[in-house]
Amino acid sequence: MSFEPKIAGFLCNWCSYTGADLAGTSRKKYSPNVRVVRVMCSGRVDPTFILKAFDAGADGVLICGCHPGDCHYAEGNYKTARRISLLKKMLSQLGIEDERVRLEWVSASEGDRFASIVDDMTEKVRRLGPFSPNHGGNNG
Amino acid sequence: MAKPKIALYWAASCGGCDVAVLDTNEKILDIANIVDIVFWPIAIDFKYHHVEAMEDGSIDLCLFNGAVRNSEQEKIAKLLRAKSKVMVAFGACACFGGIPALANFTNRDEIFERAYLQAPSNANANNIFPQTLTNDNGYKLELPEFFDTVSTLAQVVDVDYFVPGCPPPVDIILKLVNLFATGQLPPVGSVIASDKSLCDECDRIKEDKKITNIYRPHEIFPDPEKCLLEQGIICCGPATRGGCGLRCIKVNMPCRGCFGPPPGIIDQGAKLVSAIASIYQGNEEDEIAMMVAEVLDPAGTFYRFGLADSMLKRKRLPQLQKEGIK
Repeated sequence: MSFEPKIAGFLCNWCSYTGADLAGTSRKKYSPNVRVVRVMCSGRVDPTFILKAFDAGADGVLICGCHPGDCHYAEGNYKTARRISLLKKMLSQLGIEDERVRLEWVSASEGDRFASIVDDMTEKVRRLGPFSPNHGGNNG
Repeated sequence: MAKPKIALYWAASCGGCDVAVLDTNEKILDIANIVDIVFWPIAIDFKYHHVEAMEDGSIDLCLFNGAVRNSEQEKIAKLLRAKSKVMVAFGACACFGGIPALANFTNRDEIFERAYLQAPSNANANNIFPQTLTNDNGYKLELPEFFDTVSTLAQVVDVDYFVPGCPPPVDIILKLVNLFATGQLPPVGSVIASDKSLCDECDRIKEDKKITNIYRPHEIFPDPEKCLLEQGIICCGPATRGGCGLRCIKVNMPCRGCFGPPPGIIDQGAKLVSAIASIYQGNEEDEIAMMVAEVLDPAGTFYRFGLADSMLKRKRLPQLQKEGIK
């Protein structure tokens, strides 16, 4: 049986969740691997959430927010862009592959785009294999 | 009435925590008057077999400093836990892994390779590495097993109290001794320090947290009155527990996080990523790239004392990564 990655998706209420909803109502077919959590703004996604998702068994984490300039709260998505960029540098030092964390801008009208992002990320994470939390190693 | 029995032990540590106990100066004599010190490798000549001969639970208080990085330390941690009524993780290394846990960015093979082969002063033509057991003319020589991963004390045995700090400040040591002597120890699991963040306790002038550059401490002369973060120096205050007496801040150095996360913060490093990225001004891609470049070593800076206690605990091990890719 091939490995089915589990991806935690944090989607902002105003653009990306609506975009994902559009993908659903327009009956787009895409990989069923993303478990969606709706947040009011991508700026609500604390880097702790991302580590927690890996800790809880996710193989990848997708964060989607409004396009630059479109944030309902003016600049939540810019804060997210800075946080995720810095977090990714830190995760790379800890041996976690870049493709496991992905930040994308998806507007309410981009159902197609959401579906193709999910397909693409699912395939990339599938190639990486399961995320192993890897505590301990050889300790006696 | 018999005096209470106290044991002190050092595992993967620098000895600074033991020195901090001596920093209580003349009060150490008061402590020695009210308790019997039954085990303290740095100062008193008791051996492991003396501890093994004690009855379980016969030590009233054990102050264990240092992280657990080899099998000997693990064995003694378990031994002292069995013999002690109250086990205290004493200092940043026992509580969160501390500086020794920075070794969790690597592993045993890489460390041995570096220490016994690559280091330029080595002459090891036969590729000899330390062995846990060596037979030499009928004599058996044993060495503890070196672990891949440095652990906190609480990851190895049950811990009753946590005294953070690198090293724990004298007033907190005396507070612990006082609570113990008067039978007023707080609920098990408590951290003997403040419940506020360092920023809450810091008396520097705080105005607008907006920065456009990040400086390393040696690059500027920071204003001694103003918030260090607002001057662009990475200070771990927002995600670090207070109670340290602002030792670093008072000498114009940023907080490095040795008191661990305050209540409510699960992962110190993730919260610091959030804090630094939030106050940095710049929305364009090149500005964001500049910020990422200016934080030279995020994992080493934000988990300086807490890597073993963080959610990821260590860098992923190469052999497991290979298995994942299969």
